[in-house]
Amino acid sequence: MYEEEYQQIKEILARLQIDSNSKIVFLVDKNGQQIAAHGDMAGVDATSLASLTAGNVAATDGLAKLIGEKEFSILFHEGERDNIHISLVAQRVILVVIFDEKSSLGLVRLRVKKASQELEKAFEILVRKSEETGSGRFESPFAEITDEDIDSLFSE
Amino acid sequence: MTFINYAAREINCKIVYYGPGLCGKTTNLQWIYDKTNPQAKGKLISLATETDRTLFFDFLPLDLGQVRGFKTRFHLYTVPGQVFYDASRKLILKGVDGVIFVADSQEARMEANVEARYNLEKNLKDQGYDLAAVPYALQLNKRDLPTAIAADEMYRQLNFKGEPTFEAVAMSGTGVFDTLKSVAKLVLQELKKK
Repeated sequence: MYEEEYQQIKEILARLQIDSNSKIVFLVDKNGQQIAAHGDMAGVDATSLASLTAGNVAATDGLAKLIGEKEFSILFHEGERDNIHISLVAQRVILVVIFDEKSSLGLVRLRVKKASQELEKAFEILVRKSEETGSGRFESPFAEITDEDIDSLFSE
Repeated sequence: MTFINYAAREINCKIVYYGPGLCGKTTNLQWIYDKTNPQAKGKLISLATETDRTLFFDFLPLDLGQVRGFKTRFHLYTVPGQVFYDASRKLILKGVDGVIFVADSQEARMEANVEARYNLEKNLKDQGYDLAAVPYALQLNKRDLPTAIAADEMYRQLNFKGEPTFEAVAMSGTGVFDTLKSVAKLVLQELKKK
């Protein structure tokens, strides 16, 4: 993930949060790692949210395959106060929108659709960029990691 | 797949505890959770049945500190051990960076251990991984039980590629951190190669 695209992705999320009048907008990869978030994250356990979302999507994906569907691209959970709208973007990342009665499912769906297209484009560029640069030019900060570095992580 | 966020200077790795039912995977996580200081850990999430059998997964995020200016975070998962939850197990192995196999030392569970080991190999393969290449450690758990069979014998039957092997009693914490550290190290060393 590079700085430039990261900023762009964050902007898209911020706009989606305002346009859809939602509380939190959240982007997770399919393995449960949080990529970016926008909104009132205080009081929300972001790491758990990310991993459970990914687990949820993975389980739903498994269900889809069982009945011969390619995927269920949208999941929606309705609560008493808050609702969660989960959708897949470019089949690689998961977009989560949490909203309450100030918004509506229709509005969220509409705005998510638009934002998804933008995100898809951003990720396309990101993938192309990382393919072009390859792993060679972009030096991993871990190339020079030493055993001492690793050991020091574990010294309590 | 390790997720390195260059912008946020964060690195996230996923470690999965695998093994037959009731071998102590969740107990391992519970011990780690209890013994880690509050700033370093997140919530322990346990998706379990009413009888405390893991239904989908347990999850514990763990911050280890900085390596080369990067915040290092490990996500620990367990799989449900019971045979019929195979579809769920497969899902949890997605994107794994390191695996810890927890074996039950009781003689009566040896067959289940062996079966689970093969199941791990197969499920990894289905996700495009090769157990021979994945950072991997073996934990012989429940060493304190009178019915535990000799560690050598277990090693002979379960060790796959000369991976680091630890004797443990997860209930009292023996060997729990040693096992985790060894896999965490292997995962970070793997990053070095990339």
